[in-house]
Amino acid sequence: MITTEKNSQDLLQGTKSAHLSLQHISMVYRGKRGLLDQVTRRATKDYVALSDINLDIEPNTFVTIIGPSGCGKSTLLNVIAGLVQPTTGKVILNNQEVTGPGPDRGIVFQNYSLMPWMTVLGNILFAIETVFPQMPKPQRLSLAHEYIELVGLRGAEKKHPHELSGGMKQRVGIARALAIDPQILLMDEPFGALDALTRGYLQDEVERIWEQKRKTVVLITHSIEEALLLSDKIIMMTKGPAAKIDEILDVPFPRPRHRDTLDQQAGYHDLKALMEDHLTRETREVEESRNRKT
Amino acid sequence: MLKFWEQNRNLTAFVLFILSFITLVSLWEWGVQAKIFSELMPSPLDTGKEFWRWVSDPFYDNGPNDKGIGWLLLFSLRRVITGFLIGVVIAIPVGVLVGLSEVASKAIDPYIQVLKPVSPLAWLPLGLGLLKDSEATALFVITITSLWPTLLNTKFGVSTVDKSYLDVTRSLGASPWRTITMVILPAAAPSIVAGMRIGIGIAWLVIVAAEIIIGNLGMGYFVWNEWNNLSITSLISGIIVIGVVGFLFDRIFGLLQSWVSYGRQV
Repeated sequence: MITTEKNSQDLLQGTKSAHLSLQHISMVYRGKRGLLDQVTRRATKDYVALSDINLDIEPNTFVTIIGPSGCGKSTLLNVIAGLVQPTTGKVILNNQEVTGPGPDRGIVFQNYSLMPWMTVLGNILFAIETVFPQMPKPQRLSLAHEYIELVGLRGAEKKHPHELSGGMKQRVGIARALAIDPQILLMDEPFGALDALTRGYLQDEVERIWEQKRKTVVLITHSIEEALLLSDKIIMMTKGPAAKIDEILDVPFPRPRHRDTLDQQAGYHDLKALMEDHLTRETREVEESRNRKT
Repeated sequence: MLKFWEQNRNLTAFVLFILSFITLVSLWEWGVQAKIFSELMPSPLDTGKEFWRWVSDPFYDNGPNDKGIGWLLLFSLRRVITGFLIGVVIAIPVGVLVGLSEVASKAIDPYIQVLKPVSPLAWLPLGLGLLKDSEATALFVITITSLWPTLLNTKFGVSTVDKSYLDVTRSLGASPWRTITMVILPAAAPSIVAGMRIGIGIAWLVIVAAEIIIGNLGMGYFVWNEWNNLSITSLISGIIVIGVVGFLFDRIFGLLQSWVSYGRQV
């Protein structure tokens, strides 16, 4: 009994975490400019999504990226994940350049991306088996159950995704991303598709899990409250095209944080006002530039 | 009263089916009585009696040319299922290949487009000439006509796998083999089974024509043989059995389809 207790402590606390560095990342989507396209007037200009993003993220830091819609937040996350290659620049994870996707980065997707034909347990086991093919089967199983427990899904192991609510699906998504013990956790608007109450509940859960795991996390969000509740640093991006980092805010509130008392922390309202100001300004510019085009 | 029928739609549909069925059978009976049809045309009652005689004793065996309809059905089923499965074994791997590779797809496409519309009857003489064996020819014709829907649907299912599943497997570093077997095939399964459902329907259509021509024991042979005997009651009984079996095939694959869909839209 004592040994299992110890093991689970190891599992929950002795996890890896990484230093992440983005160097001169830019992303250009090439337009069509072949002769035929020009003749048929289908030629389009190049679209610069990201322009010269530089960022250093210390280990064990919870970082949130916030910005107006279409500013390239998700593109940036996909670049870190290695799912898309930047046009220029490098992603360095623990002194190693990222050249493609890999299990050192766990990803939580906005649309959950669970395999519909696998159960909750099956989805998590699939990730574990893929990443640790050498691990003996009983150990894989107990690892999977450990993470099911962590995200509070005990009893739902044998359910398929279509039998789960959105909130439960995203818990599976989080468990799957964590179960492969990544050095960094990437979350792309993980609560965007959830209703407000479920979203708040899951934010609290992520805060609780992060207190246990302390992994480096990069979270993309639209929500100012979410950013303030969860992050150590908030990265505010300008609108696209050619989105870049506008300002980086430190969030000094002590942990563990609670949503009910967070607004009593000194400086909470100033930070919130600053972010609202930024987001409103950038969003207004997006809308205005759209109006000019039409 | 009207409201009752509107609310119980299944019951309404069933009652309408029974009413239309009675009407059709009555028209048939009336036509026979009034001698509108050819004099070969039996009455519904005689046909019903003959149908019952066939299906109530399906497995008698009085020598090679006089067997119960159950035996003949089993011969046909064995042929159809074997030929269909050979087709599936060819169609799924090829479908996966052309679904994954646009180049392979374009390279193979001319074969598909040219061979797919060829009538099963056109393959029969070629099969007989090449294989010199009627049984093998039947399998060949069933295989080559029933594999196209499976192949095309596999290709479609594989090439339209939700990109987010592939992002997951890529980020986990899964091998190509693991990605295909654990993710792409199950993701494409509803589409593959939909193709198989069409394919088995075609195979069942083809078998009757094939058996009529190659003359091996089976449902097609039965229908043709009863025509030669001028036993229209037996012929109609055979048609009903063929139709019911085709319907059951469709139901089975329909169930399989929802079974592999896990809540996805079929």
